[in-house]
Amino acid sequence: MDFLRPATWEEALAAKAEHPTAVPIAGGTDVMVEINFDHRRPEYLMDLNRIGELHEWETEDDSVRLGASVPYSKIMERLRTELPGLALASHTVASPQIRNRGGVGGNLGTASPAGDAHPALLAAGAEVEVASVRGTRLIPIDDFYTGVKRNALAPDELIRAVRVKKADGPQQYAKVGTRNAMVIAVCAFGLALHPETRTVRTGIGSAAPTPVRARAAEEFLNAALEEGGFWDNGRIITPSLARQFAELCAAACNPIDDVRGTATYRRHAVGVLARRTLTWTWESYRGSARTSKGAA
Amino acid sequence: MRVSFTVNGRPQEADDVWEGESLLYVLRERLGLPGSKNACEQGECGSCTVRLDGVPVCSCLVAAGQAEGREVVTVEGLAEYAKERACTTGACGTSLDEARRWAAKGTDSQTGEGVELSPVQQAFIDAGAVQCGFCTPGLLVAADEMLERNRNPTDADIREALSGNLCRCTGYEKIMDAVRLAAARQSEGV
Repeated sequence: MDFLRPATWEEALAAKAEHPTAVPIAGGTDVMVEINFDHRRPEYLMDLNRIGELHEWETEDDSVRLGASVPYSKIMERLRTELPGLALASHTVASPQIRNRGGVGGNLGTASPAGDAHPALLAAGAEVEVASVRGTRLIPIDDFYTGVKRNALAPDELIRAVRVKKADGPQQYAKVGTRNAMVIAVCAFGLALHPETRTVRTGIGSAAPTPVRARAAEEFLNAALEEGGFWDNGRIITPSLARQFAELCAAACNPIDDVRGTATYRRHAVGVLARRTLTWTWESYRGSARTSKGAA
Repeated sequence: MRVSFTVNGRPQEADDVWEGESLLYVLRERLGLPGSKNACEQGECGSCTVRLDGVPVCSCLVAAGQAEGREVVTVEGLAEYAKERACTTGACGTSLDEARRWAAKGTDSQTGEGVELSPVQQAFIDAGAVQCGFCTPGLLVAADEMLERNRNPTDADIREALSGNLCRCTGYEKIMDAVRLAAARQSEGV
């Protein structure tokens, strides 16, 4: 094994072009487990910790460019306002020790269906900024996950950052596990209201071969909210509407039975999380709408 | 490869380090610092917790090469680390009372006996928070870091800060007591 230690991003891209099999390591919370357990013996291990800009984020007018290695602990502490869904998801990652090391770049690189960041990124409509010596491209999150632990990266590419629009409405994230810390999600659900475009986006984790959106559920809800004038009148979401949304979210799953849960349980739980997160976000939207109108 | 970094304030070099080796392995097997424990090797149990540039991390998930040029504090250096921290916050030196009570006495040969402990270590002993002891080093490092950040932690704060450390003797209540005790002593300046 060779240990590559690029000092700059340009050096890292050059090294990845020269050794496309090199395994990038940042927080190490996935890669080191595989090495410790002899599941992986990469020819080249490439340390990205020396590249400062990967640990930084830039807030632009309407979006955040989040460096691939910004640790979850920073996201949950510093980006709650801009990226509430991702901040909530970050808080559910493993433990303080892991959150201090791991970041979204690693979650995307591993592309496990159980990665905690994915549902939040799907719901927010993020873009993944990837780069190689050939140039930079932005991959819409919807096109990023291509299979179980597979993603749209070319062999010579590295993840530089994630670009996420600042929240224009309430966002929520919920996860099912046996305790509040140190769990791989049995299933997870992210939901974001986008009042500016009058749309709702979702993300489901751990309940299909890849993280997925519940598209049919989104279309149904978008149409129902529009038709009922909900965005303007701030009406309460009726139980039947919430139930139908939940059923469509459950139907978007394609889960398996495994040690953490059965397929049937996962489908059911995703429905429950969908209903809850919809209620939480919508109540928050109604609350803020009332406040901004100054109604007594 | 050779890895050079600072451990508990002293420059250290480890030679013939395998590229896939963890920081934990280097600390235990090459530098003779077995305080950080090797249990799950997958970041689940927290018994290998150390400070890397001040940040608590699982040393089993840090590649040795990633520690190059960085500063590591292990449980072996915790007492010294806590003492220096107390100095920077103005609570160091020997009080007149302590000086009067001082008497020359030998330390016996058992490791750790007779050496000074950090407040959090003393609190673990006083509260009976040590059973088999395997999880203790990781808990001490994690608890000490929390008390550094948060001088008046709630029970929820303590639970969250220690949520990455497993104790399979399941003595969590005593551990909670110990951290509460350390926090109380810290705020009283004892």
